[in-house]
Amino acid sequence: MQVELISLLRANARMSVAELASRLGAAEADVAAALADMEKSGIIRGYTAIVSDEAPGSEQRVKALIEVKVTPNRDGGFDRVARRIAKFPEVTDLCLLSGGYDLQLTVEGDSLQQVANFVAAKLATIDGVISTSTGFQLKKYKESGIIMQSDEEYERLKVCL
Amino acid sequence: MNGSKSVSERFIAPHIADLPPSGIRKFFDLVNAMDDVISLGVGEPDFTTPWTIRESGIYSLEHGHTSYTSNLGTPALRRAICDYVARNYRCQYDPRGECIVTVGVSEAVDLALRMAISPGDEVIYTAPSYVSYPAEIRMAHGVPVPVVTRAENGFAVEPEDIARAVTPRTRAILLNFPCNPTGAVMPEAKLREVAALAEKHDLLVLTDEIYSELNYDGDHVSIAAFPGMKERTIFLHGFSKAFAMTGWRIGYACAPAPMIRAMNKIHQYAIMCAPTAAQEGALEALRNGHASMVDMRESYRMRRDFFVGALNEIGMECLMPHGAFYAFPSVAKFGLSSEDFAEKLLQAEKVAVVPGNAFGPGGEGFVRCCYATGLDDLKEAVVRIGRFVKSLKK
Repeated sequence: MQVELISLLRANARMSVAELASRLGAAEADVAAALADMEKSGIIRGYTAIVSDEAPGSEQRVKALIEVKVTPNRDGGFDRVARRIAKFPEVTDLCLLSGGYDLQLTVEGDSLQQVANFVAAKLATIDGVISTSTGFQLKKYKESGIIMQSDEEYERLKVCL
Repeated sequence: MNGSKSVSERFIAPHIADLPPSGIRKFFDLVNAMDDVISLGVGEPDFTTPWTIRESGIYSLEHGHTSYTSNLGTPALRRAICDYVARNYRCQYDPRGECIVTVGVSEAVDLALRMAISPGDEVIYTAPSYVSYPAEIRMAHGVPVPVVTRAENGFAVEPEDIARAVTPRTRAILLNFPCNPTGAVMPEAKLREVAALAEKHDLLVLTDEIYSELNYDGDHVSIAAFPGMKERTIFLHGFSKAFAMTGWRIGYACAPAPMIRAMNKIHQYAIMCAPTAAQEGALEALRNGHASMVDMRESYRMRRDFFVGALNEIGMECLMPHGAFYAFPSVAKFGLSSEDFAEKLLQAEKVAVVPGNAFGPGGEGFVRCCYATGLDDLKEAVVRIGRFVKSLKK
């Protein structure tokens, strides 16, 4: 049931337990238990909303995608540096990549200045960080599988055989 | 003699003039005049065609692929179709001469009937059925012979009922499983008996398997795959239902070369070829559309489980349909005809379902509800139908 449950929640995490149960053809109690289990064991790490750039409070927010080159640490590889960077609340996403640089992170702030300060004062000065390259996000087209611009409504036939 | 007809009416051939118009025209008009209707009345997926397929159609147009294709369809598409049919239906066809791409499976059905039927030949089909079958048989100058399927058999056709309908004039049996409007599938053992009947009476079998990917509880079996059946079977299929491509109008027929050659004569004179961009979209569906198809099927299955369960809870007796995307609940116990039930439901609660009598013999006493619609709408529909049904009981 975990696989189906996760795929349903990834499509819509707001589905109620009753609805999840009806879709899975399972008992509500079983679904609730499976959910609690996955939350406790850390399989499910959290739930969030996907909002557009124009959402109230989001208009002024600044987002930057930052590529970081790192010297791997002898014992901890990239993990030690990555975990340290991840602790900053400004960093919303962080992953290790193959290719021309090592870490890719997304940083959010209230102004360009704030993000720039974070990069210069915090990120670039961390031991092991060799270089950073910052790109500011201009427009969001898609996030977590959701396209931000809606197609216009297309009228279908109401009855056909 | 034709005194009551206008000049223009006199030019309409009798077999067309006598075709019964859709019995529920009035109902269609009613639905279309209303706002905020939740419609369970459609016969198509609510999904838009998967983007990779749409993108292929756009690419094809963008690059100027705007000329005719071979009458039979592009070689690449026919190869892909024959591979697909071999893999999923265990029937081997040669893409060079045993497959024809048509304008929807509707055209393939029409070609097959016109190829096979001489005036007065009888064609057995199961009813309730897709509305086009009896009309297409008549347009081919044949005589439609319905064999009624019943709820107590899960709407599968009983081979002995077919046997009873066979006469010296019987030419063909037309099957459609999974079935529109009942959602029924044929148990393999019964299908084998139908195949044996076809052989015994030397009949052609037309098998319209347009819903065959949408089989939720078992593996689909094609009658064309049974030993000895290929030579007397025309396998009919298309892209509309499985890949949410109803508006693209691409279907196909697979059959032994002599029959495809004969069908192609009609096709080349009447149609020339299926639309080029749509054929390229269909090719993409077969190449890269499988995952999307599986996702859509899974969501239909979930909706079916919810919807049919909920119908039964509110007192609408409904068998669990194993295929297609239709539920076919009984309304007999409410003391209304199918048409009255549908019309009153529409007026009272703005939910559109299709009265079962529209689907011919055996359909009265039922309504067809398409559950290929968003779950929120389905839920609201159940609430409204529940309220309506309660008001009838009082």
